[in-house]
Amino acid sequence: MSCNCSSCSDLSLLNETLDHYASVPGSLITILQKAQAIYGYLPSDVLNHIASVTGIPAAKVFGVATFYTQFRFKPVGKYLIMLCQGTACHVNGSLMLEKTIYDTLGIKDGETTEDGLFTLKNVACLGCCSLSPVMMINDETYGSLTPQKVREILARLKDEALKEAAE
Amino acid sequence: MIKIKVGQGSCGISAGASKVYAALEKQIIDDNLDVQLSVTGCIGMCYLEPIVDIYDENSLLKRLVRVKESDVQSISDYVKTGDITHIENLIVSDEDKHFLDSQTRIALRGCGVINPDEIDDYISNGGYTALRKALVEMTPESVIDEIKVAGLAGRGGAGFPTWFKWNAARNSQGEEKYLICNADEGDPGAFMDRAVIESNPHNLIEGMLIGAYAIGAKEAIIYVRAEYPLAIIRLERAIEQANEKGIVGENIFGSGFSCSFRIKAGAGAFVCGEETALIESLEGSRGMPRLKPPFPAQSGYWHKPSNINNVETFANVSWIIENGGEEFAKLGTEDSKGTKVFAITGKIKRGGLVEIPMGKKLSDVIFDIGGGMKTDKDYKCVQLGGPSGGCIPADMQDTVIDYKKLSATGAIMGSGGMVVMDESTCMVGMARFFLDFTAKESCGKCTHCRIGTKRLLEILDRICKGEGKEGDIELLEDTCNEIKTGALCGLGQTAPNPVLTTIKYYRDEYEAHIIEKRCPAGECIDLVNFIINPDKCVGCSLCSRKCPAGAISGEIKKTFSIDSEKCIKCGQCIDACRFGAVEKR
Repeated sequence: MSCNCSSCSDLSLLNETLDHYASVPGSLITILQKAQAIYGYLPSDVLNHIASVTGIPAAKVFGVATFYTQFRFKPVGKYLIMLCQGTACHVNGSLMLEKTIYDTLGIKDGETTEDGLFTLKNVACLGCCSLSPVMMINDETYGSLTPQKVREILARLKDEALKEAAE
Repeated sequence: MIKIKVGQGSCGISAGASKVYAALEKQIIDDNLDVQLSVTGCIGMCYLEPIVDIYDENSLLKRLVRVKESDVQSISDYVKTGDITHIENLIVSDEDKHFLDSQTRIALRGCGVINPDEIDDYISNGGYTALRKALVEMTPESVIDEIKVAGLAGRGGAGFPTWFKWNAARNSQGEEKYLICNADEGDPGAFMDRAVIESNPHNLIEGMLIGAYAIGAKEAIIYVRAEYPLAIIRLERAIEQANEKGIVGENIFGSGFSCSFRIKAGAGAFVCGEETALIESLEGSRGMPRLKPPFPAQSGYWHKPSNINNVETFANVSWIIENGGEEFAKLGTEDSKGTKVFAITGKIKRGGLVEIPMGKKLSDVIFDIGGGMKTDKDYKCVQLGGPSGGCIPADMQDTVIDYKKLSATGAIMGSGGMVVMDESTCMVGMARFFLDFTAKESCGKCTHCRIGTKRLLEILDRICKGEGKEGDIELLEDTCNEIKTGALCGLGQTAPNPVLTTIKYYRDEYEAHIIEKRCPAGECIDLVNFIINPDKCVGCSLCSRKCPAGAISGEIKKTFSIDSEKCIKCGQCIDACRFGAVEKR
């Protein structure tokens, strides 16, 4: 049963996943991945619900969720910027790009802009080293970046979002 | 019939290969061409993506590089007329061809040739014959013997003999055993395993099945990094197709041997590349390494005998069974047999995947194959082995690629990440970069690693900011040695390597930062000033108009200057200047 208030998550969305995996040993990470795919992040009521259905102590559920970088506990912006900080990108100037993003949007790693449009996340390596430095925004990869290119891409996305909102 | 293959690994797709594919698909229909269009994996020449190969039946006619959507008309014209002038500007140069021609491909064979989504394509290229040979003609013991003769060692980094692990798992008591593939390729700057999975997933499955037969496992698990979505999709499809063909599942090839397959997506933790941490993660826990012994061969996944190998290790297995261990052992050196795949990136001209026999020199890879630097600066060093490895300086470029020879330098063979740096890379900054990584990724189990890496990072941070103190180098060394002896797992024990090797070879750079408050490479932003070179400045005012801090002033057609008090070192002036007049000093 889920309540209808705006601050609680609709836990019924997770029923199918839990029916399938709750009794399979070793499935906690898989359950968390599916939950994040459903809710976009891992709200604490969802984590508690997973604990009570699977019988895994809530401390372990939270412990596992916080251990892995894939899991997040706050909603992300419309555009999730994954800025590659792999070795090749580092050598080719990714720190400069991080600074450019901060100068343009005012966000650091893990933060979201006030308008809810952009979230910045530094990632270890996207594996497109030959295109370094690289960032990925919502599944689209942008390679061979310069601060100028980054500013242009962000401005374009912002424009698109504003136009969408106006329509 | 003409076949056109578009290389679509992650790199290729990022460079626009799927758009080129879609445009070609449309063009073929529009022009009513008698052409078979297909997907292939990573060809390995990442710097030339997107790549389109035109085949006449099975022989490569033309390889086209850096293809754009707008080029499809020309490709169609070429196919229609055979007139090469249409595509002349796209054809790969002889120099670039040399990049592939000088390689020996065993683990990467089939990559960029076969269609990773079609099991029949793999089979018609000789796929699964080694598995049949192993299951029908060989005993598990003779498979292990063959791997022993080959001298295959773990390609994940440690270089432990594969046959020994297989043998230990085989001899362990218990009916229930597991074979696990470590595809949690976490080293930043390494993408060999991703390329193998995306380009030739069946080769991995075949190697794993042979391994499972050898140790007596009925279940095989592939632990793949979550950041590799395409690899997971291709692997899922490959397993499904192998299941349909009866190559995976019950009673394979009527041999009585059965083995099921399953994929587990990781959730982003570097430490899970360590085998016991990986097992913890497979069991749904925090990925924290276990104390060894017991080794996984005795007590691994769910405390059952388990064997874990890296993707590249498995990718060699079917070739060895097919061609014999002796043939494999002919390649390489006394200590290191066979080939090794490297992902070569950084300031290199020709970056991509390189597979060469062990025993070649570093300079063969960097200069002969990689073409040297892409910048006008000099070659400085190469970083091997990611956060567990180290930097090998330019004057040691003749070092032979072999497990022992590379370890002797303080670096390691590693999994194959090879990041090339030029004079503009600061070595203190490089050490800081890796420690930032390991401090974040330390699982926290051992105090020395958890706190030690953090302390190392703080000291390096200080040095990079110009706040280094006398004695910092010795403090770094002491802390490094503490971590080496106090950490439980291999990743913790090797975490100080980037610091130790940079101190060993670039002590003068550390001293310049600490004593002179100067960054010789001009990379540490707190230690450099932006200035305008009067010999190059033409007085166009572009930089002063771009400067967000109002720090640049001057008169048109005269030399401009930067007020270092106001300068925020954002670098926009460097991007803006068309004459290279803004310099960091």
